[in-house]
Amino acid sequence: MSFDVAPYGAFIWPAYAVTVIALGGLIVWTIAKWRAAKAKLAALEKQ
Amino acid sequence: MFDWLFRYANPARFLGLSGAVLPWLAAVTVLTIGTGLYLGFSAPPDYQQGRTVLIMFIHVPAASMATVVYLSMAVASLFSLVNRHILADVAARTAAPIGAVFTLLALATGSLWGKPMWGTWWEWDGRMTSTLVQFFLYLGYSALWNAIEDETKAARICAILALVGAVNIPIIKFSVDWWATLHQGESIVSGHVAPVFLGPLLTMMGGYFLLFLTLWLVRIRTMIVERRARNLMGAEA
Repeated sequence: MSFDVAPYGAFIWPAYAVTVIALGGLIVWTIAKWRAAKAKLAALEKQ
Repeated sequence: MFDWLFRYANPARFLGLSGAVLPWLAAVTVLTIGTGLYLGFSAPPDYQQGRTVLIMFIHVPAASMATVVYLSMAVASLFSLVNRHILADVAARTAAPIGAVFTLLALATGSLWGKPMWGTWWEWDGRMTSTLVQFFLYLGYSALWNAIEDETKAARICAILALVGAVNIPIIKFSVDWWATLHQGESIVSGHVAPVFLGPLLTMMGGYFLLFLTLWLVRIRTMIVERRARNLMGAEA
């Protein structure tokens, strides 16, 4: 396994960074929405 | 013909079944993507692309998923129009943001590969332009859903838009054959990818597909729960 990406590091690392940010953001957003919806339903069912 | 599908498409049954499947699906997704990354970074440099081949391991899966997600959305929209099933509406609507992110990633990573290999960030050729159109289709579809208050009406109109937009899928697929494009032609099925790169590429494609399924299931569950909450609020009012 090698992380030597010379001489294209200026393109490879940003490609991986944008992927991690976009997919990570999508995962966090999805989980946050699920938790918020679940909490809202639980609160309403308690009433 | 689809009776078996509708048995599981009951929202309550779907919540139970998907809740049991999700932890396993998420674990297999992490494992598959982890393996794909390990195989990718262990692969030697390509004789032409050098180490930029590493970008292919995230670009090609994102581009494939951009189309697969749209196809899923179109099929769900067809069920929505024909069978008027509430879960079909929810499935189509929740797939759109995931598809938009995959399409954006295909465009961004393709651009970051294109600059060192083609000498340009962007070219208005058939493949890239039709992929950009697909990104706008995803955005337009989601915007339309949010713009129409009556959910039944929104579901019908958005389903029609999704089906009309599906015309773009064969354009994306065959653009490299129909027009002289800068983008290379199909290379996986035709056997033009060396086995040393095919392993990590297919593993990453599998990982992205599993990621889509995982996120899709969570988003469908979220929307079912949101609808239940809205119904409860409506009953109380």
